[in-house]
Amino acid sequence: MNRLLYKFVRNQGYRLDLFLQTCLRLGAVVERRAWIASSMISLGLYMTHVVLFVGLFMGMIVSLQTGIELSRIGQQDQIGLIVAISMAREMGPFITATILAATSGSSIAAELGTMSVSDELSALEVMSIDKVKLLVLPRVVALAIMCPLLTILCDAIGILGGGIVATGQLNVGWQLYSETAIDALRPVDGWFDLPYDVYAGLLKAFVFGIIVAVISCSEGLQAKGGALGVGHATRGAVRDSIIYVIIANYVISQMLYQL
Amino acid sequence: MSAATDPVIRFEGVCKSFGPQHVLRDLSFDVPRGKTLAIMGPSGSGKSVTLRQIVGLMQPNAGRVLVEGQEVAALDRKALAAMRKRMGYVFQEGALINWLSVGENVALPLRENSDLPDDEIRARAEEKLAMVRVEGAWDKMPSEVSGGMKKRIGIARALITEPEIILYDEPNAGLDPEIARAVNAIIRELSENLDATAIVVEHRIECVRAVADEVLFLHEGAALIQTAPAAFFASEHPRLRRFFGTDEGPPDRTNS
Repeated sequence: MNRLLYKFVRNQGYRLDLFLQTCLRLGAVVERRAWIASSMISLGLYMTHVVLFVGLFMGMIVSLQTGIELSRIGQQDQIGLIVAISMAREMGPFITATILAATSGSSIAAELGTMSVSDELSALEVMSIDKVKLLVLPRVVALAIMCPLLTILCDAIGILGGGIVATGQLNVGWQLYSETAIDALRPVDGWFDLPYDVYAGLLKAFVFGIIVAVISCSEGLQAKGGALGVGHATRGAVRDSIIYVIIANYVISQMLYQL
Repeated sequence: MSAATDPVIRFEGVCKSFGPQHVLRDLSFDVPRGKTLAIMGPSGSGKSVTLRQIVGLMQPNAGRVLVEGQEVAALDRKALAAMRKRMGYVFQEGALINWLSVGENVALPLRENSDLPDDEIRARAEEKLAMVRVEGAWDKMPSEVSGGMKKRIGIARALITEPEIILYDEPNAGLDPEIARAVNAIIRELSENLDATAIVVEHRIECVRAVADEVLFLHEGAALIQTAPAAFFASEHPRLRRFFGTDEGPPDRTNS
């Protein structure tokens, strides 16, 4: 039991240290721009279709579930607003982060884990090459940028999916749905004066992107013991990323929406 | 003792365990400047662990590992990095970074740790690739080259910083005899031309014969013998005879 607790605390310490080490190297972002761009493509852009697909169905589910209840009290004309707020505030960032944890996070852990078990990380250490600057920084920055961008797409497609259900199954006109949805997220005074919920969702997505990248890198860098170790690292990266995303989601919501 | 005869690497009573398993027990030996020491021994005798302690990838549980008179385990991060920059380490499987091309792998230590201009770095990397006879492979990925080439690229990468100490971890492992001979010739040539101090961990007799100035045999985690290759291979020690397979007659095939 004590050993498990020690291992748990040590692991959290390693992750925190890795995050701080990455922050200290942010000055190297320009120097690493090519690798950041390449990571943005492989870890973010290639996942766009998954985000779009899942986002569409999540919007449809939210619309259907809430629409059925709202129609019982004759309030189904509010469905656009509810879907838009739910997607922007909660569903968009959370779904995007979960998809990135399962796809990009596992890929990061497997890639770095394979490097670890095949002596590539030892080789970098022997050559006095900064592993954080070379391997961690580009991935963390890439996911911190891509997670909010994909969240915007997820929000948009989710709202569209909600509209399909609202018009097809809940007898809400497309115009009414889109007006209420757009009203909920419309800029008030200029393009950057968006409603609080939009910024809250994007802030969450930014934090979730960093969490997924740091946890996945930390699991990969600590992998030991051949293919089995890489498997453990990959599993740990996905599991812990999702757990930390949920915890962070609660903490950020509490901070931003406390009564 | 003059600087020229001071040992570059010294092990003093080094012990290393992994849990209940004692890998090195009171290991002591010296490597003189400019010499190539081959470390032989059966699998699991601690040969690679010995090499890893020299570059600080592992620390001894007891005893001291000294490089140029400095205790490796006592060095802080900065001093260890400075010491490592004077060393080259050739890993068993090459340990090439799989998402970088062959050329970028060789150039990596200079790209990351020097302010040299790109064309200078490229020229140096190409020169090292030519030294190990891997010309024209700059743009290939590690997955596209053979095991023998990977090993030679690993040697080129280790040489790019012009190290004073070169450590080879089983440079012949997994190579066919012809490629192995070519790799051995490169190691010998580098020792003679660069005047570097080297340690070659290997259990292939042909490799040791080809590259070593001295041979150390590890037995149960300690140095059984350290001597010149001729004396080593002529030794009548029963453990060595058993290792070479010269303590018994030809294998009896009638019972198989």
